[in-house]
Amino acid sequence: MRAARSLRQPGLYIGAAGVVSFVAAWYLLTEFFTLPRFSKLPGPVAVWSEFTSRTPTFGTSVFTPDYWKHAGWSVWRVAQAFFWATILGVPLGLFMGWKKVVHDYAFPVLELLRPIPGLAWVPLAILLFTGFASREAPIIFLAFLPAFFATTLNTMLGVASIDDNYFRAAACLGSKPRHVFLRIVLPGALPYIFTGLQISAGVAWFSLVAAEMISGEYGLGFLIWDSYVLSQFPVIVIAMVSLGIIGYLFSAAIRLTGRFLMRWTTQGVM
Amino acid sequence: MATGALGIHGVSKVYDPDGARVLAVDNCTLDIAAGEFCVVVGPSGCGKTTLLNAAAGFHDITAGEITLDGRVICSPRHTQPPGAERIVVFQNGALFPWMTVQDNVAYGPVVQGKLSNAEARRQGDELLRELGLAGVGDRYPADLSSGMRRRVEIARALINDPKVLLLDEPFRAMDALTKGVAQEFLLQAYDRMPKTVFFITHDLEEALFLADRVVVMTTRPCRVKEILTVDFERPRSFRVRASRRYLELKTAVFDAVHEEATRAFEAGERELA
Amino acid sequence: MTASINLRKLRKRLFSKTTFRGAVAITLVFAGWELGSRFKMPILGSIPPPSDVLSVLHRITADGRFWHHWLASFQRIFMGFIAAQLVGIPLGLAMAMSLATRRFLFPILEILRPIPPLAWVPTAIIFWPTTESSIAFVIFLGAFFTVVLNVIGGARSIDQRYVRAALSLGSRRRDIFWKIVLPATLPSIFIGMAVGMGITWEVVVAAEMIAGKSGLGYFTWASYVGGNYPQIIVGMLSIGIAGYVSSGLIRAVGKIATPWQRPL
Repeated sequence: MRAARSLRQPGLYIGAAGVVSFVAAWYLLTEFFTLPRFSKLPGPVAVWSEFTSRTPTFGTSVFTPDYWKHAGWSVWRVAQAFFWATILGVPLGLFMGWKKVVHDYAFPVLELLRPIPGLAWVPLAILLFTGFASREAPIIFLAFLPAFFATTLNTMLGVASIDDNYFRAAACLGSKPRHVFLRIVLPGALPYIFTGLQISAGVAWFSLVAAEMISGEYGLGFLIWDSYVLSQFPVIVIAMVSLGIIGYLFSAAIRLTGRFLMRWTTQGVM
Repeated sequence: MATGALGIHGVSKVYDPDGARVLAVDNCTLDIAAGEFCVVVGPSGCGKTTLLNAAAGFHDITAGEITLDGRVICSPRHTQPPGAERIVVFQNGALFPWMTVQDNVAYGPVVQGKLSNAEARRQGDELLRELGLAGVGDRYPADLSSGMRRRVEIARALINDPKVLLLDEPFRAMDALTKGVAQEFLLQAYDRMPKTVFFITHDLEEALFLADRVVVMTTRPCRVKEILTVDFERPRSFRVRASRRYLELKTAVFDAVHEEATRAFEAGERELA
Repeated sequence: MTASINLRKLRKRLFSKTTFRGAVAITLVFAGWELGSRFKMPILGSIPPPSDVLSVLHRITADGRFWHHWLASFQRIFMGFIAAQLVGIPLGLAMAMSLATRRFLFPILEILRPIPPLAWVPTAIIFWPTTESSIAFVIFLGAFFTVVLNVIGGARSIDQRYVRAALSLGSRRRDIFWKIVLPATLPSIFIGMAVGMGITWEVVVAAEMIAGKSGLGYFTWASYVGGNYPQIIVGMLSIGIAGYVSSGLIRAVGKIATPWQRPL
């Protein structure tokens, strides 16, 4: 019933028109009119035929295991980085927001490290983890760092956003510290935590791709750079589009989880 | 044996936001008997909320002392942390938005370890029914009207059997009609199990309808200006508002407050809290 | 009167428990780093200690080429960032004011946004004639989406009552835009700029590492490749400081441009 109603929304068609116009313009510029510099770029037809062919010229399509291997590696790395960023960032952020002592000690250190862009850590990350069996550690660390900062900071802001009166009411009602933490601080900060998680997933993804491009062996980021070096241009676009889709799905998954956990927000203020 | 006598003796409170010392309460003395419904009126920003917050244990005082049944609960040297013996119902409401109505009401006894979850819920449901809120147990506060929310908050307080109930302009944000209904429910609950009530409002009609005594405060810094005794019988019906005695009291209160209100208006004071 | 209060405020904050704890924390971090590095502890042993960094700092900052890298990075930041604002702000405002424009452009923007800016590097190199312009393009992309989203968000959250008040006071559509919508959106524009600036630095550094021959990102990477490890840390600190300074500048300009805002 709802699906039928949303199909009648004019916005849907205008939006679809926007996407179609973009693809059409892309096609016209690169493959139809073949304008000077545009013609060097792969066009939508080339990309689509490559992506959906059973015997792709450059060896990467929906049907090749290689493609899924690269995608899988990227997803696996991001998942690990995101996991550690969340496991470490959320509790730290909660305590920093709740207890001034924790905030006073931790915040200056974080603020000192945060302005350094995640990717400036690349050489240092490689050095830090030399001697580790896996070459994965530096890549995951690079994705982990900005995600960790985003999660911690947003969680901390979330606790700060809780109206003082909720804490006072909880005190009046005889709460002990563990009640305040589990039943006031944590649920109260949840909206901000989920905003932070979405941001964190985004920056983790972004940093991961960069790290893969600089020093990876597998993964979609590596695939982009490798295809460029080997002049397999359609594959670049395949990888880019895949990145976009996976990134979007990841974000949507977090958003939906948030909406499920926070059923009390009737208007979905997020 | 009634308990819950609240004594405010020579209380002063100085705020010091960034070096500008502001005297909010100045040598205020007031004795509220156990089980008395005491309403405090005064112009906005005069310091009544400061007094309530001090009585609740949310902050300290600069001079004087506050006692509960003779025991000092607030003094310049020591502030007893807030507890379930003096529960506050807040102006803008502080029902936990992420818990259902039922969980909100059951919260107090459960975290104090006094009742099991199931038992607390059962008692809570009964309390809600007495306040005219049967069947809203598993809704979230955001789904309720402001009148209903305020009643849930009162239930959340009453289930803990506090000695003192501190209400900070709880019905302020409601329209006149909803307010009338909410007041009646409050009085019904009060009649059933009388507690000491410290009720702040700027609505004079509300004050006279609810109170045993009405205390008029001066503008900032607040001091007790005048105390009027409201001797209507309980339980009170809304018809009391049409009686002659009511009109006399209203005139007296109005005169007392109006002077302070004009003074505050001209001083252009911003509300402190 | 206010001057003496501000002085007291400053003194109170400087000598407070909070500052003390912060100083302790930072000292502990540096001490831990120094010791861990000197005594060749598991992870920290692989990186140079702060004392080594300090000793090379003097030599590096005296070298003109170092500051040339600063200039190169800032130039790129400037170009890409300004371009992103020049395109993004009007586009965002247009999308906020016109429902049709928003519905048309929003889906395609939302599809392109999750693609990390660096993934565009090869495409940019193929398309643009020079390395510089391709780096600038990638920087542009990084900041662009943030700007547009912030502008749309800010413009759409303007309380309708302001617009209605303006209309009932006799404003024309032009006035509404220039005197209500634009000023009310300014805070969001500056927030978008500050966040966009952070992203811009990330992109610049990475782009310089991948495909640059100058700039602070290149400097840091080259130090690694050349085995000059303390220099890596100098590079990182420089990038951090540069980023912090640029964001601070934006915030300062923002404060001047929106004098009606009370500090948060």
